[in-house]
Amino acid sequence: MARRDKSPQGSAARGPAVSRRKFMAGVALTSAATAVSPQGAAQAATTTTPSPSPALRPSALRPDVHVAAAETGTPKELAKAIGPDGSDFMVDVIRTLNIDYVCSNPASSFRALHESLIDYGGNKKPEFITCTHEESSVAIGHGYFKVTGKPLMMLCHGTVGLQHAAMAIYNAWCDRVPVIAIGGTDIDAAHRAPGVPTFHSAQDINALVRDFTKWDDQPVSLQHFAQSMVRAYKIAMTPPHEPVMIALDLGLQQEPIKAHERESLYIPKYVPTAPPQADSNAVREAARLLVNAERPVIVADRAARTPAGVKLLVELAETLQAPVIDQGGRMNFPNSHYLKQNSRAQVLISNADVIIGLELSDYWATVNRFVDNGLDGIGVNETVIKPGTKLIGISSVGLVTKSNYQDFQRFQSLDVDMAGDAEASLPALIEAVKASIPSDRRAALEKRGEALKKAYAEARERTKAAAAVAWNASPISTARLAMEIYGQIKDLDYSLVSSSGNVSGWPNRLWKMDKHHNWLGASGGYGVGYGAPAAIGAALGNRDIGGRFSVSIQSDGDLMYAPGVLWTAARHKIPILSVMHNNRGYHQEVMHVQRLANRRNRVAALGMDRSPIGTSIENPDIDYASLAKSMGYWGAGPIKDPTELGPTLKRAVEVVKSGQPALVDVWTQPR
Amino acid sequence: MKSRSVVFGLTALAASLVLCQAGALAASAEKGKAAYLQHGCWQCHGYQGQGGIAGAKLAPNPIPFETLSNFVRTTNRAMPPYREEILSNDDLADVYAYLQSIPKDPDPNSIPLLNP
Repeated sequence: MARRDKSPQGSAARGPAVSRRKFMAGVALTSAATAVSPQGAAQAATTTTPSPSPALRPSALRPDVHVAAAETGTPKELAKAIGPDGSDFMVDVIRTLNIDYVCSNPASSFRALHESLIDYGGNKKPEFITCTHEESSVAIGHGYFKVTGKPLMMLCHGTVGLQHAAMAIYNAWCDRVPVIAIGGTDIDAAHRAPGVPTFHSAQDINALVRDFTKWDDQPVSLQHFAQSMVRAYKIAMTPPHEPVMIALDLGLQQEPIKAHERESLYIPKYVPTAPPQADSNAVREAARLLVNAERPVIVADRAARTPAGVKLLVELAETLQAPVIDQGGRMNFPNSHYLKQNSRAQVLISNADVIIGLELSDYWATVNRFVDNGLDGIGVNETVIKPGTKLIGISSVGLVTKSNYQDFQRFQSLDVDMAGDAEASLPALIEAVKASIPSDRRAALEKRGEALKKAYAEARERTKAAAAVAWNASPISTARLAMEIYGQIKDLDYSLVSSSGNVSGWPNRLWKMDKHHNWLGASGGYGVGYGAPAAIGAALGNRDIGGRFSVSIQSDGDLMYAPGVLWTAARHKIPILSVMHNNRGYHQEVMHVQRLANRRNRVAALGMDRSPIGTSIENPDIDYASLAKSMGYWGAGPIKDPTELGPTLKRAVEVVKSGQPALVDVWTQPR
Repeated sequence: MKSRSVVFGLTALAASLVLCQAGALAASAEKGKAAYLQHGCWQCHGYQGQGGIAGAKLAPNPIPFETLSNFVRTTNRAMPPYREEILSNDDLADVYAYLQSIPKDPDPNSIPLLNP
């Protein structure tokens, strides 16, 4: 029997009960003695060779015929053993971690674990999600975590599959999302199959993603796997959340459990690690600065990891009567609250005397500006804050900074810089702020709040007026697109599972977003191809939670990276409404090429398209509704007349409510 | 002498603005729409000049022609400038005519979807 950890904490593991190693009992391994044993042969050789005197002892003994054969001959097949397989034990380990799904495009290098998952494990906890691209496998897990707070596992082929997966892993890294990535690899060059499996093997597959994973390992024994798997999960799930990687030898998966392991194997107990919190002295100093500030500003990016984080941020903002700028890495702050002042971000930042940034991915760009129109072709850097503005930061990102990839952004000096998880640190900060407010300061705070209420109402009216511009245009304006969708879902418990295209932020500006799952943020690394699979992963989470309606605003360029994920959604009956923001181009690049053409005094060549050559997705136009239908979706469009959009969306919503995915293609304005 | 130079300069500027305005008034909205698309104005400002996260609103009710013209030529780095070599004065006047032709928006308070 495989034992659980016998450490003082480990005798009663948490998590679901695991069917213990019933296959272990009464099964004997056949001896490996039939195989050629170089060690044994060498030992025999030494016992038959007279020992020379120490002075004459050669540096190496000449091999006899047996040793030479063992070292240079073609290796025989390993002895076949009858008994429990290593990959079954791996499934036992995985099941202690309560992982709901494994997303994968099948491959030979993990065939043993695959077979064990579905046959030994019964395809439950985790259940197999069949993917058509490894980038989709990772991104589905990315979206799923944002909804459920639980990581998924993804299995991929060690080299070719992992290279496909790498961009999505980088997105997860930048977005502080845990993914348990496992890559199959066949390490033993003497025994792995030649040809394709060897093309697909490498000494160190983890090197491909080591720059943007928090930890990785390549276990060489089953006990090693058990430790590595639990350790990987624990590291990934400790804020800052990040992806982890395990290279899994095919030999280890396929070989039977060794005789000496049968009674000693155990599964370490997983106990969550408490998140790191900011230093208490620094928290008190931050509170002092905030309370005494005349124009404090709170800026949040990935601060609210959970719904509790939203409540904490509201409490901090209300205590200070300070405006909040939500940079949108997560849904940090309700947009129906008067203290959310995103539309005034520029003026608030430039007038602030104290700014606190919570889990900002780019503090420098929060207090500086980069203008990409320098006359000499080089961008211009400008500070946007007043001299003497005090800057405070709480972030866990610095705890895992690596060197190569530049996701740490530019360096920004802070006056009070706290390494710690913002959400975990907020209770102490709120307490310190409350304790620091003198009674004679409360009236001033209330007055500040009243001014912010007025500014909020005025900004709301300006936003509505801006949305009305080009309301009846064709192609359909992004404001109209957003509000036609909202008109159909506003009474549902909706979750905007992805907004991969840039629609000028209309949902965040005009939809009521009060719940953590109303908005899930973006990709993190801005690698195109995240939106469609992440949306489906999030929709899978919402389906399992129940009662939620998943909707995505799906850009055309993003979908075309790996459109096969639509089939995955249909195959696994994941209800989601995808509304295409089909502006028929890689629009960011449309503008970049135009910028350079202007800078060089040239008229950008359009060829036969609307935008500079190489940036359009038209001629021919892609029929996304037919594409979706071919993969099992309900589809409609392309919708070009804004008056047709609402009725079509209404039908699509009913389809999704019935449990089916639906896609509505809409020809839109560029932004 | 200095003041006379200033007066002359202002007079010349005023004359040029009048000419520009006159040019703008004589321009073609139809040609302007083609130029607006050809020169990529739509990319940041939208097909109807409505603006968005990447560019300011241009229409309806565009800013005065001379203000727009000065900005397009120099931009103060807010956008890549369009010099006369790539966008002629006539084309710019046509673009302005197109922006002027864009009908007024509906009142936001009259749109139910904007007032849920």
